[in-house]
Amino acid sequence: MASTKDRKVVEMNTFAGLRKLPLWSWIWFILGLLYFVLPLYGTLDFSLRMQRDVIGLKAYHMAFADKAFWQTFGYSFFLATMTIIVSICLIVPTAYWIRLRLPEARRIVEFITLLPFVIPAIVLVFGLIRLFSSPITLPVAGIVLLPPLTNTVFGTNVLMVAGYMVLGLPYIYRSVDLGMRTVDVRTLTEAAESLGANWYTIILTVILPNIRASLLSGALLIFAIVVGEVVLASFLGIKTFGPYLLLLGQQRSYEPAALSFTTFLMTWAAMGIIQKISGGQGHVAGAH
Amino acid sequence: MAFLVINKVNKAFGKTIAVQDFNLELQKGEFVSFLGPSGCGKTTTLRMVAGFETPTSGRVVINGEDITNKPPNQRDVGMVFQSYALFPNMTVAGNVGYGLRIAKKPVNEIKKRVDNMLDLTHMSEFGDRYPYQLSGGQQQRVALARALALSPQILLLDEPLSALDAKLRVSLRSEIRAIQQELGISAIYVTHDQEEALSISDRVVVMNNGAIEQVGSPFEVYNFPQTSFVANFIGTLNTFSAEIIDPEQCTLKVGDQTLAVVHDLSAKQRGEYVSIAIRPERINFASADQNNNLLEGSIKSVTFLGSIVRVLITCGDNMLCMDIFNNPYLELPKTGQHVQVACPREAVLVLDK
Ligand SMILES: Nc1ncnc2c1ncn2[C@@H]1O[C@H](COP(=O)(O)OP(=O)(O)O)[C@@H](O)[C@H]1O
Ligand SMILES: [Mg+2]
Repeated sequence: MASTKDRKVVEMNTFAGLRKLPLWSWIWFILGLLYFVLPLYGTLDFSLRMQRDVIGLKAYHMAFADKAFWQTFGYSFFLATMTIIVSICLIVPTAYWIRLRLPEARRIVEFITLLPFVIPAIVLVFGLIRLFSSPITLPVAGIVLLPPLTNTVFGTNVLMVAGYMVLGLPYIYRSVDLGMRTVDVRTLTEAAESLGANWYTIILTVILPNIRASLLSGALLIFAIVVGEVVLASFLGIKTFGPYLLLLGQQRSYEPAALSFTTFLMTWAAMGIIQKISGGQGHVAGAH
Repeated sequence: MAFLVINKVNKAFGKTIAVQDFNLELQKGEFVSFLGPSGCGKTTTLRMVAGFETPTSGRVVINGEDITNKPPNQRDVGMVFQSYALFPNMTVAGNVGYGLRIAKKPVNEIKKRVDNMLDLTHMSEFGDRYPYQLSGGQQQRVALARALALSPQILLLDEPLSALDAKLRVSLRSEIRAIQQELGISAIYVTHDQEEALSISDRVVVMNNGAIEQVGSPFEVYNFPQTSFVANFIGTLNTFSAEIIDPEQCTLKVGDQTLAVVHDLSAKQRGEYVSIAIRPERINFASADQNNNLLEGSIKSVTFLGSIVRVLITCGDNMLCMDIFNNPYLELPKTGQHVQVACPREAVLVLDK
């Protein structure tokens, strides 16, 4: 297919370009590479030396043998999945609507989605606790609208997902909006409309399939955030992977190194997947 | 009653008036073009027929049914976009069958219809390809097949060929016309290219500043433009301001040269100024003929354009453009040479505004 050929040409060009680079560029490049690679190598090396004088995977065995690891990771995985689903259900129609009907609102919405970068998670969690740890009542008749969410497991999960959604908002919104920019959603929508489709069908059959690479990268970012998140989980007092890793780091030395390195590998694998799926961007559909 | 009626339609975007007092009746099977410069409201009018815009006032009626406020997905119109707008995630066959799947037609019926449409647009071999694997012209064929698959009541095309190269534009436009005639479907075709509009339409609607300037057959709007805008927009034209000398005798004065016309000037006054226009191809080197107007001037330039030779002549304060057919034994005039040229009385058009 044409794309492979194109890519080869590009690679060859970069290669030829690299050779022309002056010596100093090379030195900076290698220094930068070392800056990233050395700590990683250190972690790997350390994680393999749990047994004295033996290079082995003992730390990995120990880390993965811990039941709490699987429990907390599973729980975080569940929360991440929920957050991703709810985020997509909320953000895709919103971004779509703004692109189509409310382009003036773009700036405001972009500003709102950036707020989580400015407001620390600790503020968010205190706000959540203050608001939802007591019942929400109508001031007049004293009718209870919402029981305190922090009192039940379900309620806490809802709060967690809501909080994670806020933290992931900048990433998922940007990915989705960018995805919609690369396909002409407005004209595609009109084409589908004139063929009899309604909004629901259009989102499902035209919009989602064409932004799936962006969705995936947004989802992976949310996943990374949720799995590593500590503040929200500790203050709401639930046992997710973030606090577990923190605790482990305080009590042990080799296992956290093993887990860190595993996380690195996972991140790389995820980035590889995104690259693979969005590799033919511009002709997204060719991927399958 | 006509098949499609656009009745007193106006459309404003805030303070911008995009379309004003648009009236048009379209017969079943008729091919009508909206022709005008960019920004004159062609697309907006088309989109009001498609349902993507709602008129500020006025009505759109198809086949006796008022559809002014009907959403686009219930209108039964086919639309072809300038940017093709094929669904990138679907194959050619998937694109063409999209509307049929939405309408929940049986699978074998969809397949048959899709095959039919691909046949019609000469795209049968490409059913399994994705849009990015097709050239622009092929993509637009698929878009046409997709728009026609549901047998819409009317086909709307918004500058469907302007993204294609010149040669392809010419061949594809006659194909579009042939398909439209084969199916007997009514069509509205938006373009800013006068040659395109003249060559494929039953009627042309010339628009300017959101309003209709003239509606007529290609022959009519070219040969008998009613306004100076139409005259200037379609083809090349010499326009002059002329003073009426004698309304009864139909004589006018341009500079110090007198012209006779066939236009009825009896409503005008002596000394009044009107706009007149002459097509370059109606002017010739003078030969003795009393029915002809004679003009004198000197040659400013001679340009060889292949099938025609374009001669610019300075006539007093005015510049006159004359086209003569090429032939190998033609004696081309020299720059600066003094010449006498002639044009028939009926070739001098008096424009209303
Ligand atoms: N959605 C819109 N919002 C504001 N102004 C618009 C919109 N669509 C079209 N216009 C304006 O209406 C006028 C006519 O536009 P259009 O119908 O696209 O012209 P054409 O298709 O003839 O080039 C232009 O002045 C354009 O700027
Ligand atoms: Mg337009």
